[in-house]
Amino acid sequence: MIKIEVDMNQCQHYGQCVFEAPDNFKLNDDDKLEYVAEAPDSERDNIEAAVDVCPMQAIRIVE
Amino acid sequence: MAEANPAAPVVIVGAAMGGLRAAESLRRSGYTGAIRVVGEELHAPYNRPPLSKEVLATDVTHEAVAFPSRAEMGDVEWMLGVRATAVDLDAHTLTTDDGNVQEWRALVIATGLRARRLDFAPIAGRHVVRSLDDAMALRAELIPSARVVVVGSGFLGCELSATARKLGCSVTIVTPSAEPMIRPLGDLVAKEMRRRLTEEGVQIFSGVTVAAINGETSVESVELSDGRVIEADVVIESVGSHCNIEWLEGTNLDVSDGVLADNAMRAVTTDGIALDDVYVVGDIARFPNPMFDDVPRRVEHWNIPTDTGKRAGAVLAAHLADDGSFADVVAKPFAPVPSFWSNQFEIKLQAYGLLGLVSDDDIRVLEGDLTDQAAVGYYRDGRLVGVLGIGMKAALLPYRKQIAEGGA
Ligand SMILES: Cc1cc2nc3c(=O)[nH]c(=O)nc-3n(C[C@H](O)[C@H](O)[C@H](O)COP(=O)(O)OP(=O)(O)OC[C@H]3O[C@@H](n4cnc5c(N)ncnc54)[C@H](O)[C@@H]3O)c2cc1C
Repeated sequence: MIKIEVDMNQCQHYGQCVFEAPDNFKLNDDDKLEYVAEAPDSERDNIEAAVDVCPMQAIRIVE
Repeated sequence: MAEANPAAPVVIVGAAMGGLRAAESLRRSGYTGAIRVVGEELHAPYNRPPLSKEVLATDVTHEAVAFPSRAEMGDVEWMLGVRATAVDLDAHTLTTDDGNVQEWRALVIATGLRARRLDFAPIAGRHVVRSLDDAMALRAELIPSARVVVVGSGFLGCELSATARKLGCSVTIVTPSAEPMIRPLGDLVAKEMRRRLTEEGVQIFSGVTVAAINGETSVESVELSDGRVIEADVVIESVGSHCNIEWLEGTNLDVSDGVLADNAMRAVTTDGIALDDVYVVGDIARFPNPMFDDVPRRVEHWNIPTDTGKRAGAVLAAHLADDGSFADVVAKPFAPVPSFWSNQFEIKLQAYGLLGLVSDDDIRVLEGDLTDQAAVGYYRDGRLVGVLGIGMKAALLPYRKQIAEGGA
């Protein structure tokens, strides 16, 4: 299991993570980010890509 | 060309986002040999966009903007504070300003851009913002009621204006353009942006250039081409950039605008030959994106160093592995969706695609209302090639998909 943390004070809801890991991240109808804090190990590449593309660098994988 | 020494490291020149992503990608693609990153700045790679926005408005520190360092990067060697001065593609060597000549097995060019400066005497109070050190120096002078003149009205100039205004400075933009951000956004949106910036108290003088910056030891006033004089304490020059290509002089690479690369991010010579052991990533790379056409372009958007860095790392790792996978990796489609954002006051712009490809007649509001929240479409030959959200985000996603599907 991978644990994900998003710093919601940093997050500006750009939604770049949504393209990389749609199973874990989405923008709701109010343009706000919603995320699932756990992902199977098979999702690691996608979650790491989501970390990379966050303009605010607000996403972290907790090791 | 002589054979490269297989025991020499992959040398990446430029220790910023593009160089970092290339190094990470080499490791992730299975390359286990030596990697050395040579960078002129003393700081480990950090994120530049906050330097004109959030971070400039608060505390400018390396910690606030540093990219996290991955475990697999543990054995990457960082040579920081060192500038590359020359390269020999035949001998596979790199010369640096500390007098060293080092061998490389493969080379990654990631030296990005530097800010262009106005040609006036170097007195105190004149600033540019490209690096963390630039932002720190500027931050110290953005005190409430400071009189700030921003030269240039691109995204960077407008963001810096908004941040300075938020910090309590009085701000005047001086620009040769008719409207702020007109080149990337087009006339329709640029006019609306002028309205909003003006409403927030930013003064905009358009259609003028700077004739002189007056002051003995520090800035006192700025003289415009139409004779007007604006009193000022701080001048921020955001008048474009130069590609850092000087160290490549004397090679046969095509450096007419940045460094030419093919779709696999391999550097291309003036004879049109793509080199399997020299790669280009980030702002400095001019490469074709089949999503739009086969014209190589430089794209100074934040996602490009990451996308091109990953691509270059994967292709180079396959070349070095020499396991027969190279042709397949090169042939994989590579068509990254350009994307950028910009924050100015409470205005949040977000865009996908290449807005600058389009003429003014082909820009139209797709959803919402320009004076409030809107999605704006940019069309070329009837095809959507760009979308801009003003305050809108999730609504842009179907348009992004449409843009992406236009290509490979
Ligand atoms: C203030 C600011 C705000 C921005 N905001 C946004 C935004 O909101 N949205 C967006 O999409 N984009 C934005 N950008 C653009 C984005 O940050 C760039 O696209 C990105 O930084 C490019 O990364 P890069 O690694 O290609 O090049 P650079 O970041 O330019 O890095 C190149 C590195 O190479 C080093 N170098 C240069 N020459 C040599 C040499 N000879 N030897 C050794 N090292 C050398 C430099 O010192 C530098 O560290 C912004 C840029 C700035 C400066």
